[in-house]
Parts: sequence; C-alpha cells; structure tokens
Amino acid sequence: MSADEIDRRILRHLLAEPDLPTAELAARAGLTTATCWRRLDRLRAQGLIRGQEAVIDWRALGYEVEVSLRFILDKTEPRAFDDFIAAAREVPEVIGIETFLGRVDVRLNVIARDMAHYQEVYRRRILTLPHIADIEALMLVATIKQAEALPL
Amino acid sequence: MIDLDDTDRALLRALAADATQGAGALGRRFGLSQPAAWRRVRRLEEAGVLKGRRIVLDRAALGFGVTVFLGVKLATKGRVSLEDFERAVTAIPEVQVVQHVLGLFDYRLRVVARDIPDFERVLRRRIMTLPGVGQVEANVLLSEERRPGPIG
Repeated sequence: MSADEIDRRILRHLLAEPDLPTAELAARAGLTTATCWRRLDRLRAQGLIRGQEAVIDWRALGYEVEVSLRFILDKTEPRAFDDFIAAAREVPEVIGIETFLGRVDVRLNVIARDMAHYQEVYRRRILTLPHIADIEALMLVATIKQAEALPL
Repeated sequence: MIDLDDTDRALLRALAADATQGAGALGRRFGLSQPAAWRRVRRLEEAGVLKGRRIVLDRAALGFGVTVFLGVKLATKGRVSLEDFERAVTAIPEVQVVQHVLGLFDYRLRVVARDIPDFERVLRRRIMTLPGVGQVEANVLLSEERRPGPIG
C-alpha cells in the first residue's frame, strides 16, 4: 500500500504540473504511457491520490480582499468547536476552515469584494459566530509561493 | 468582470469538488448538451476564473503526517530586504505556501514534515536560519475543510 520510487517520481511530476496529459507525464517520469496509467489507477484505488479539484481564482470573480482570521475559542464551553464550525459553514464568504493545536484554535479564510464588503461580513457574520474568546486578522498582501508539492 | 448565472455557479461547484469530470458528464448532470457545457467551461477558463487543477493527496499515507502553519515576524525590517527573506524561504522544499500578510506577523508559511522530530529539524535548520527572521509562532494543523465559497 506504500508508494515506491516510481510512484514518487510520477507524483512529483504530477504535483508540479497537474494539467499534464498522461502521455506527457509518462514521458517525463521515464515510463511508457500504459505503465503510467496503471500506476495512476493504483494510486487512486489505494487512496494516495484522493482526487483533483479545480482551483477558482476569486479575484477573477471580483473578490479582491482575502483575510486569514485566527480565533481563540472559549474552551470552557464543551461544544465550542462544533458550534463554531457549524455556524462558520453557513457564511458564504468563508472559503476554508482549519483547526489547530497551538495558540490558535481555528482559522477561517474569508474573502470579500472590497474593504466595505469585508467590514460588513466581519460585523454581521463573523463577530456573531458562537464562543469566540479572541480574534486576530492577517490581511493577505501577496501569495509568494503556492505549491502542493511534497518533498517526496 | 465575468457575469455568472446559476448554471455557471453549479459548474464551478462541481469542478471544485471533482475536476476530472468532462463536458459530457457535466452536461448530463446539469441538463446541457456536451458542446454547451464545454463552451461554458471554456469561457470560465478564458476569464481566469478556473485557473488550473490541484491534486489532492493523502499526505499522511505518503509519509507526511504533520502540517504546521508558521507566523513569522521579521526582526530586521528595513535592513534586510523582504526579497532576501522571500527568496530564501521559497527555496525550502518543505515550505508549500508563503504569504505576505499585514497584521501580527509579516509572513504566513505552510510547512509539511514527516513527523514532529522532522518538523523540528526543518524549523531549526531551515526556518530559524532565514535572513531577518524574528518571532515565529507555530500551530499544528489538525483538520482542514475547503468550502464552496460565495458560489455555493
């Protein structure tokens, strides 16, 4: 069930360029197309490759503002995580939810069309989420690197 | 900016969940002919809304059991250029994401490691030795969930 050196080579090339046709991927990994197909099928069947998702550019849809909101929750409330996450799922401008072990409990990735829209989302939908003890905001200026690559 | 109708939004949602669906399958699902579905997807690509694919891997099964988000504050802003830091940090293979942010920290990094001792190695040898690095806060990722966002 583990990946061997050939699997890792395929995955390295695939992660670097997810849009590559299988024939081209095979050529780069030094395999025949048929072998590459079989390997990819097995990696998918084993669940090592879970799937492929389209990446949406929210800026192209007019969402210019992206903010990383870091929450510390009121942990005296046993349902703090469940209630908070269930409520955050209802906010359309939340595009990602992450939970952590550390000083921060939960992070929400929030997008908005502009600062006025962000202000409205923040006041009406974020500050009203349950069991918040503290919030910190990191406003995205620029993404310098965004790679799914693993040091395989 | 591109205008979306309900069908476009449904196509974006479907492709964000599974980008391997072709125009035929998408058309059957949403009551479009194959050429009509193809034309819509093509239009979304040309407008830059669909900006590629992301391969989703089972990182833990591939031996990368730990993902950590780091908040990094530069100690020597103004003296060491941001470019020096950015150049050095993007070259680290374990660093998947580098974001320049405004707020409590200057940069947000997403780091993958095999386990906690491996993360400690990356932190000590690679991160703490970056030019200009100051305060660093680490939060270990427990769970992550992508949401459909405002097209939901």
